[in-house]
This record gives sequence, structure tokens and C-alpha cells, in this order.
Amino acid sequence: MRKVLEPLRQEAIQRWQALQNSDKPVILVGAATCGRASGALDVMAAIEDKLREQGRDAIVRQVGCIGKCHSEVLVDIIKPGRPRITYGHITPELAKQLVEDYLVNDNPRTDLAVCAASGEETDIPCADELPDSKHQIRVVMCNCGHIDPGSIDDYLAQDGYMGLAKALEMTPQEIIEVLKQSGLRGRGGAGFPAGRKWESCLKAKSDQKYVICNADEGDPGAFMDRSVLEGDPYSVIEGMAIAGYAIGASKGYVYVRAEYPLAIRQLRLAIQQAKEKNLLGKNILGSGFDFELEIFQGAGAFVCGESTALVLSIEGRRGMPKPLPRPRTTEEGLWGKPTLLNNVKTFACVAQIIHRGAEWFKSIGTEKCPGTAVFALTGKVNKSGLIEVPMGIQLKKIIYEIGGGVAGGREFKAVQTGGPSGGCLPADLLDLPVDFDSLTAAGSMMGSGGMVVMDDSTCMVDVARYFLEFTLEESCGQCTPCRVGTEQMLKILHDICEGKGREEDIDLLVEMGKAIIDGSICGLGQSAPNPVLSTIRYFRDEYEAHIREKRCPALVCKKLIYYRIDPDKCQACGRCLKACPVQAITGAKKTPHVIDLSKCTKCGVCFEICPDRFSAVERKTGQAEELN
Amino acid sequence: MVTLYVDDLAVSVEKGSTILDAARKLGIYIPTLCYHPDLTTFGGCRVCMVEANGKLVTACRAPVEEGMVVRTDSSAARQVQRTVVELTLSNHNGDCLTCVKDSRCKLQEVANYVGITPERMAMLRSAVPEVEVDESNPFFKLDRTRCILCGICVRTCQEINGVAAIDFGFRGHKTTVVTIGNKGLAESRCESCGECLERCPTGALARKDYEQPSREVKSVCPYCGVGCGIYLGVRGDRVVSVRGDKDSPVNSGQLCVKGRFGYHFINHPDRLTAPLIKRDGVFVEASWDEALDLVAARFLETAKHYGPDALAGISSARCTTEENYLFQKLLRFLGTNNIDHCARL
Ligand SMILES: Cc1cc2nc3c(=O)[nH]c(=O)nc-3n(C[C@H](O)[C@H](O)[C@H](O)COP(=O)(O)O)c2cc1C
Ligand code: SF4
Ligand code: SF4
Repeated sequence: MRKVLEPLRQEAIQRWQALQNSDKPVILVGAATCGRASGALDVMAAIEDKLREQGRDAIVRQVGCIGKCHSEVLVDIIKPGRPRITYGHITPELAKQLVEDYLVNDNPRTDLAVCAASGEETDIPCADELPDSKHQIRVVMCNCGHIDPGSIDDYLAQDGYMGLAKALEMTPQEIIEVLKQSGLRGRGGAGFPAGRKWESCLKAKSDQKYVICNADEGDPGAFMDRSVLEGDPYSVIEGMAIAGYAIGASKGYVYVRAEYPLAIRQLRLAIQQAKEKNLLGKNILGSGFDFELEIFQGAGAFVCGESTALVLSIEGRRGMPKPLPRPRTTEEGLWGKPTLLNNVKTFACVAQIIHRGAEWFKSIGTEKCPGTAVFALTGKVNKSGLIEVPMGIQLKKIIYEIGGGVAGGREFKAVQTGGPSGGCLPADLLDLPVDFDSLTAAGSMMGSGGMVVMDDSTCMVDVARYFLEFTLEESCGQCTPCRVGTEQMLKILHDICEGKGREEDIDLLVEMGKAIIDGSICGLGQSAPNPVLSTIRYFRDEYEAHIREKRCPALVCKKLIYYRIDPDKCQACGRCLKACPVQAITGAKKTPHVIDLSKCTKCGVCFEICPDRFSAVERKTGQAEELN
Repeated sequence: MVTLYVDDLAVSVEKGSTILDAARKLGIYIPTLCYHPDLTTFGGCRVCMVEANGKLVTACRAPVEEGMVVRTDSSAARQVQRTVVELTLSNHNGDCLTCVKDSRCKLQEVANYVGITPERMAMLRSAVPEVEVDESNPFFKLDRTRCILCGICVRTCQEINGVAAIDFGFRGHKTTVVTIGNKGLAESRCESCGECLERCPTGALARKDYEQPSREVKSVCPYCGVGCGIYLGVRGDRVVSVRGDKDSPVNSGQLCVKGRFGYHFINHPDRLTAPLIKRDGVFVEASWDEALDLVAARFLETAKHYGPDALAGISSARCTTEENYLFQKLLRFLGTNNIDHCARL
């Protein structure tokens, strides 16, 4: 089959090389959803306008997300004979200047550059040596931000479809053996060994089987799967086709939430192109293997990411996880037929594992968790973005080296992984290696890959409350512990945050959390208490301060804080007095101002407006002396 | 047969039985809320959790295994059972005295079994939903503040009646039993058969005019020719309720809207209790002899003048077979075959 692929590949490689060696400048604009939200399409239009205006010819291409969300909009310029330079924070105006300065006047504008492909441009850091690149390894996202997601030729030129072509020359069992040897574990959260899942699907006897890609991605703050679909949809399609061949399925679905319109568009385009090149459809590469792919748009319920709920959703029924005991999805899934369900990133790894071999994959990451992990690094960190790191990397490397440390020079307090199913880990666990098993043992989770860094201005009770609010709304509502338990826990947390917590509440939360974990039907309920239990485990003193002393140490919980003007610092400038929306501040010229706490609504406007050089307004917690 | 041990007692049950079946055979109580023997198992309420070979499982779904060791009273199982009941109560309108299911309520039974203390309940925050009672149906109401989302009504409507007028709607803590488009029951596909409220474990689905009978009388529903077995609930000389007779081979306890709710005519003041004869354009009460003499005289007169085929008789589906037999005998005696029946009209 590789023979059949070769002419397609050669043609694609030639095109790719022609592009690399083009005598015209090549401009790449990161135009995934994240880039677009920052104005990538306007930047692109500005570049094209400017080029026209200047009568310059250049090749302008859209690419996916490279992960440096902290510097959106990203524009790469490759001038003939010069290294690729990446520019960050580009606005339409800056884009126009850049075209003028670099393309017309040959000034590379090192002040706007983030990095360059090699160290030739002396003032620009080398891309590979940037602290945030050094620890990253790109497997799942290797093509994101490099290829045009609308061009299958781009993908073919990066060894695309070598995996499928090779797989079609192997027996299904051989493919599964490679997968088992590679140690690939599902990237959807639970880390189930992919080879074993595929094997049980292969063994299931049926006239029809299905392959489903789980691109529901419902966790708040997670956008890894979206980025892969937007930046490199082909890798997922290729992985699914290999899966179809390996388990004996001729039909596949990509279950993607309707809130991902760009991902859906790129996927649709990619499917179309793959069909045109006979890399999808009937008799793929002349092998006799047929595989059709259909997109199914989900309505955006978090619980529909759960395997049995997802299957019901495709069948047009209410997405409610099926309780145990039940047949495995690999034996009785969609329409009662054996079904293989894997995450976007799992499929995206498959083609490369087949092409490059199990040993290559195992050389990355740890023995028990080979390969890479993709995280959406956000929160109080200097460089937020999409990162891909080898499994087993220490948390502190991610936060301090890739993320550039805690923003604003504040103190690190906790890192939350796994979204609403995960937990918060404190500073003394920063040495923890990041993989499925270590995170679970520490009371958190790999989950789908959200990673939120929190500093000392974060209240951990409030954080737990935030995540519980999400699960409360997203539970399917069928089982009592999850439906009512999350509501009960949330009410208790609300009370604690408002200073109405009771001494027995902490033990009650722990006891109830355990019963919810034991009693719930699916992973949603079984993990819903994690944000609460992990914060109690590592930050119990903060809960106690709220309950016993009616204090919020992080100065977040509104009911437990108050504002006060330090008379020694107040310069009686009157700014706060004018700004206070409820006229709670009194004072006169040369008289230090005073806040009437009985009127104050704690909006914090005075705190914000008091000039930094005075800093007379203080935010405090506990009982105000004035109220005593 | 499979032999297993439930709370140290050995029991043999058929292969494919559940742990709940085995426990019940031994007379061991396992609390259940969403389980109903007439319906497919759901497994949503989680109150029947027991420990089987060291793992927590729902007794209503988990199949028995040879040599399985089941503990219904292990501390882990008890903890989940109790938490589930406490949580359910925190979410339930507990004004029992105004509830028609008081003392017949499954939730009360289960709460009594697992042991609910006022101290524990005081630790929880009340989470009773604030929703209007759906009173749109003339016969019964849906009070969602008492609903425990066991899904028994949903399954009943789908599996017993095949109507599927209701289902779960919305998500998370807003999950509730809804009709299509979340309209009132009266505007839905609901046929008011009332099968759901017979099975609802709480007072969420309940008759509007419930009166507890002082005794029950076995009878047959008089509405149509099917002949469903019923129990009439009686207080003194008044019929105050009807329920289906589970042992009746005709209906296995099921009833239709008329059979279940249409019994008020029995004690209705407008009900005819004596024959009426129209005199000078007004109906006047008469004795049976008077009335029958009049009818007989008119029949004979009509037959004499216009021939017997000028007569016709229509009988009622509410008559018994014997009564219908006598009716056609009467008309043939009068010389006509013009006999029909309201069920044909
Ligand atoms: C509540 C819930 C939500 C889930 N959401 C997702 C999701 O958005 N994407 C995903 O790949 N897996 C999700 N999962 C995990 C899936 O059930 C399933 O394990 C996974 O898709 C299998 O793929 P993998 O083996 O490649 O990880 C979710 C699980 C639960 C319990
Ligand atoms: S645990 Fe929550 S989401 Fe999962 S089945 Fe139960 S109610 Fe539904
Ligand atoms: S109305 Fe009754 S039967 Fe229906 S779900 Fe609620 S409690 Fe269960």
C-alpha cells in the first residue's frame, strides 16, 4: 500500500519544498479559534491589504495553534534564505508595520519577535532554546501551527498517511501488538491501555462495528482536542482509519460539540480531501478496506463525553451513563454493535506509532505512561498556553520553566489539574511527576488536561465551590449521590464562604464526598467531590479559618472581608469618596477618610482607586474592629 | 442454580437472578426506591448498594455468582445507603402529614430502615426545589417537591402503557420529570390511566381526592366488556376508591382512566335511582310497576300498528353477558332482530 501512497506523497513533498524554497516570502498566521478570538483574521486581512498596497507578493497561509496563547496573535514570516521568525502580540496595525519594515525595508523588527527557527538572527532567541520549548516534545501537536489544516498535501509531506499505508500491509492483530507494545494509554482521562481496548473490539464478533472519536471536550478551560482538530485534523482521521482496519469497522463517527464550529469545518474539509485522495471511502489505497467517516455534533453536555452517554446521544436519546453491570462498549456500543471509543489525542498518536514503531513512542515519557501529555496551562502563570510535555515531567518544570513562573511575582499556592474531576495540589507536591497514576494517587487527575495555576490570592474554598457549581449543572441527574450530593456539598461550601460554616461541616463534606464517590454511577459523580476533598486534604487550615475565625485568608470571600482606610496613610485626596457608589465614605480636606461599614457593599472600588503611592485603603478579613 | 451467601446465610437461586432476588428469598431486607418488579431495573437511586465480594454494587442489578459473599450491612454499604437516604430527604418536601402517601410511602419505609436521626438531618442544608405543583390533570397531581426522580413513572408510561408521555428533562440539580415541551400533564400525551401514580413510591404523583377506605370489596369493572378485576374501596356505604386487582388474569392490576377514576357516579346526587315518566312535558318519578307497564303497553301498541320491526333495542357495554343475553331474548320475543350494542356505535 505504501507503493500506492508514494506518488501522492512525492507530489506533496515537492509542493512543500517548493513552498519552503519559494522566492516569495511566506507568512503564516495562527488562525485557530484562540488566534481568531485575538483578531487573527483582521491581522491576516491587514497583511493582505498592506501587501497589495505595496505591490509585494507573498504567500499568506492560515495555520493552527502552536500553543503560545500568551502571545496571540502569532505571525510567522519566512523570507527567502532567512530563518523563520515568529512574531507575537500582533495587531492589524503592527502587522502592517511588520510588512513594511521587514518585507519592504528588511528590518526584522527583533523587538516584536518571540523566537526564530535558528540562532542566526542574533537578537532573537532560538525557538528550540526558549525555556518553554526546551521541555516540550511535540507528538500529538507536531503539525499544529506548521501545516495548513486545509491542505492534505501539507500533511502528506510530513510523513502523513505513512502509518495507514503501513498498517494496511499488516494484519489487525499485528497492529494491535504494536499498539500494546507502545504502551499507549487513552488520552481521554482515565488512561485505559489503548491496545487492550482495540483487542477486545477486534475479538467481538459482529457484522458491523464502529469507531468513534471522542471530541466532546466538556471540561471548562480545556481546548486541547479542539486545537488538534483545528490544526491537524488529518492525524485524527488517519488514526481512526487505522483503528477501523484493526478492529474490522467500516464506519466511524467523530463526536464533536457544536460549539466548535471551526473544528467541524476543518474536519469536514479534511474528510473531503481524504476522500478525494482515496485515503478514506471505498477500497482505501487499493487495499480492499472501506472506511466512511461522519461528523456528529453534540449539543454540549459535559456528561455526553462519558462513553455510554455519548453512544446514547448519537442514537438520539438522552445522554445518561449506563449503570454497571452493563456490557462493554467494545462489545455492545452504538446501535448495539461493538464500538471503539477513543479520545482525539489517542487517535492522533496512533499513526505515528505505527509509522515510527513502538520503541520510538516508548522512548518518550515513563515506562508506565509512555508518550506525551497535552495541557492547557492557564491561571496565574506568566505564559499560558497549550503545551505538550513528556509524561513524568515534574509539575514545577511545567509551571516555572514552561509557564515562566507565577504571574506578577506572587507566591505559588496550588495547581489544579483535571478540571472539575481533578484536584488542587499544593507547593510541596511540585516535585510530583505528571502522569495518570501519580496525579490520581495525589487526589487529583490527569483528566482531559486542564492545568490551572493559582497564587496566594486564590481562596481554596472558593475554588472548590467554582468546580462544584459546574458539576452540579452538568450531572445527568439520574443518580442521587451525584445529583443531590453535589448540590448539598455546594450549599455547605456557600455557607462556609459566607461565614455560616459549622464546626462539623468539614467532616461532613469528607464523609459525604466519599459516599458520593462510592455511590455514583459514572466518572462524573465519582470524581465530582475531588476538588473539595483535595482542598480539604491540602488546605484544611483555610476551611478552618473560614469556619472558626470567619476569616478568608486569601481575602476573596466577600462576606468575610471588609475595607478600611488607614488614617496614617490617607492623604485625604477624596478620590475614594467620589468613587464609592453607595456614599459609604466620609471625610474632608486634610481629614483622613473613613468607611462606614454599615453602608459599605464591599465592591472594592475604593481599594482600586486609591493611588498606589498612598495605598491607604486596606482589604482585611475577620471581624472589623469598628464593628466590635 | 447458583449458591451464594447473604449476610452469612446460604441461598440458592436461579442463574441470572440478582442479589436483591437472593436476599428477598432469604427474607433479608435491602432498601430500594427506584426498583419495581413490574419494570426494567434502572439502578439510579443507589440505595440498594451492598458489598459483594468486597465491592460495592447495586443489589437490584448485580447478578449473583457462585460462592459470592454478600454483606448488606457492611459499614461501606451502610454509609452509602444512609447518605443516599439523607440526601434524598434533604431534597424532598418532608411535610408528611399533608401528603396522601403518608404511611404508605416507600421513602418513609426506607428512611426508617436505614435510621435517620434529627441530629444528622440538622447538619444538612435544605435543598427542596421550589416548583409549582402540576394540577392540570383532573384526576391527579404531580408535586415535584416530593419527587425523588426514581423514574418509576417514566418507565411505567413507556413499558406498561407504551405511551411515553413523560421522561426526564433538564440536567443536574434541575433534572425533573417532564412532558414533551414541559407543558402541564393535561396538555401532554398522557392518557390519565394513572398507572404511574399507583407505582410512585412517594406522594409526588397522587390522586387529588384521595380518601383512605375502611375496607375493600373485590369486584369487576362495569365500564366495558373487558372485565378488569378491581377492588372498590369503601367507607360506610360510599365507594371512595378503586384499584386494580393484581391477581386478576384479565388486567393484572392495570386499569384505564374510566375504571380507575370514573367511580364518582356511584354516589352522585344526580344519579337516577327511580324510573321517571314524562307527564305533561315534565319527568315525574314513578314506581317500577308503573314504568314497566307503560313500556310494555307502548311496545305492544307500536308492534301492532307498524309491525314488530318498527321496534329496536340498543344494549350497553356496561351490562354483563347474562344481561345482554336476556335483552336479545326479550327483543326476539317481541318479534324483531333489530338489536345493537353501544360498543358498535
Ligand atoms: C463525565 C465524563 C466526561 C468525559 N468527557 C470526555 C471528553 O470530553 N473527551 C474524552 O475523550 N473522554 C471523556 N471522558 C472519558 C470517556 O468516557 C472515555 O473513557 C474516553 O473517551 C475513552 O478514550 P481514551 O481511551 O482514548 O481515553 C469522559 C468521562 C466522563 C465520566
Ligand atoms: S454520576 Fe452523575 S452524571 Fe453520572 S450517571 Fe450519576 S447522575 Fe449521571
Ligand atoms: S413522580 Fe414518583 S414515580 Fe415519578 S420519578 Fe418522581 S417519585 Fe418516581
